[in-house]
Amino acid sequence: MSFKALEEIVNITKKTDRPFWEVVLAEELSESQQTRAEALAKMENLYQAMKEADQNYDSLLKSPSRLVGGDGEKIARAIENGTMICGDFIGRVIAKAIKMGESNACMKRIVAAPTAGSCGVIPAVLLTYAEQNEIDEMRIIEALFVAAGIGEIIAHRAFIAGATGGCQAEIGSASAMAAGALAYLRDGDADTIVHAAALALKSLLGLACDPVAGLVEVPCVKRNVIGAVNALTSVDMALAGIRSQIPPDQVIDAMRLIGNAMPAALKETGEGGLAITPTGLAIAKGLKE
Amino acid sequence: MNVFDIIGPIMVGPSSSHTAGAVKIGYLSNKLMGEKIRSARIYLHGSFLTTGKGHGTDKAIIAGLLGMKPDDIRIPESFEVAEKAGLAFAFEGIELRDAHPNSVKLNLTGASGRELEIMASSMGGGNIKIFQIDGLDANFGGDLPTLIVHNQDRPGLVTEVTAMLSQKSINIATMQLYRSRRGGDAVMVLECDQEISKASISGLQSLDGIRKVTYLSLEESA
Repeated sequence: MSFKALEEIVNITKKTDRPFWEVVLAEELSESQQTRAEALAKMENLYQAMKEADQNYDSLLKSPSRLVGGDGEKIARAIENGTMICGDFIGRVIAKAIKMGESNACMKRIVAAPTAGSCGVIPAVLLTYAEQNEIDEMRIIEALFVAAGIGEIIAHRAFIAGATGGCQAEIGSASAMAAGALAYLRDGDADTIVHAAALALKSLLGLACDPVAGLVEVPCVKRNVIGAVNALTSVDMALAGIRSQIPPDQVIDAMRLIGNAMPAALKETGEGGLAITPTGLAIAKGLKE
Repeated sequence: MNVFDIIGPIMVGPSSSHTAGAVKIGYLSNKLMGEKIRSARIYLHGSFLTTGKGHGTDKAIIAGLLGMKPDDIRIPESFEVAEKAGLAFAFEGIELRDAHPNSVKLNLTGASGRELEIMASSMGGGNIKIFQIDGLDANFGGDLPTLIVHNQDRPGLVTEVTAMLSQKSINIATMQLYRSRRGGDAVMVLECDQEISKASISGLQSLDGIRKVTYLSLEESA
């Protein structure tokens, strides 16, 4: 994509009166040999794969390390029992985020969005929203193009891999993408979309990638929850008219600077943070033996 | 990066860089070999070495070498599949100078005895970069049909290769030239918008001064 800033996309939507997702799609088509119909079909296929991954969750599975598995089911039960403080909607978002993260850790098929470690954030927000509201499937596909456009700019200006930018680059990016997508579904304009994304990303800046034993399990699975819930609160703020005082593109640049300043120990090496707590080290040692 | 690098790929977990990217490196190596791989020595560097096992990086690379794609649900059992398919493999650790943390060096032997050395990195989100082939630099991601020509460093060979492509109406997307030293070993890496036919590839192979031609076809049957 030749766009280098969210601001460029916003300006085009204003000038041409086309929706955000259309601008992203048009740019995609101009740079690839696919037709519009093919690109839309591809995105629909990804959406179906997200739904399948959600439905194929198996609460009996455990990850190879046995650290992860079965927690999504616990939340589902708490919702049924009516004991969730967060209520029904956010409760379902939490459940879906954990389930997807667990499926990933158990080597099941998922959709990286933008990465596998953060694969639960976008489906948790969009699938739950689609289930609870009457939404045309095409609208969800459009929202996924909004998410992808935001992700492309983040990848261009900063990074989307924990190994290069820490967890902020994975869960932070996913949260920003989900926030933009949901802001679109709530009829937010381009400005609202990018500010929802910026508010989401800002709140997760600095998040270290410190997985126990270097595995995409602890704390990755449950960080999908904060990514998803943070997207919801950011959308509510943006739709209420709150704006990020730091412009969205500069928020992304800040993430790059923070990621560059992070020591390697906090970038997916399993050599810092939670990974080197006594328990984290004991788990890693146990796995080696 | 395009839209579908960001949303997607559909893949078997747990890690887009350590699992899906690793499958893709193996898969592209398989394609570049252009024949069944008989044996593989695999050298893991950096984070691939330290956290690869828990991410199934080893299983992922073998799955790719067997021709599996990142969404293949047989990836967790790739070692068993390799045994049945007659692919012998061994893993070791290595320290590659100035390499991306998720990097690997592969020394492959094909069924006909053809040898191929590949160095590649997994860049995140399932995207990869091949940065060395048979000891010479390269830089491509395997998203386009890619022609790699190893030749003697002398005038005219680039023209011969590009003339052939032009004659077949094949558009060059990117082109890179590297050499070990003046007059020594050189390599050209051409990413193309269209597929190149087998006949054209073998035509290149017979040209004077060309040492080896490797071609990455993205066609399913190739």
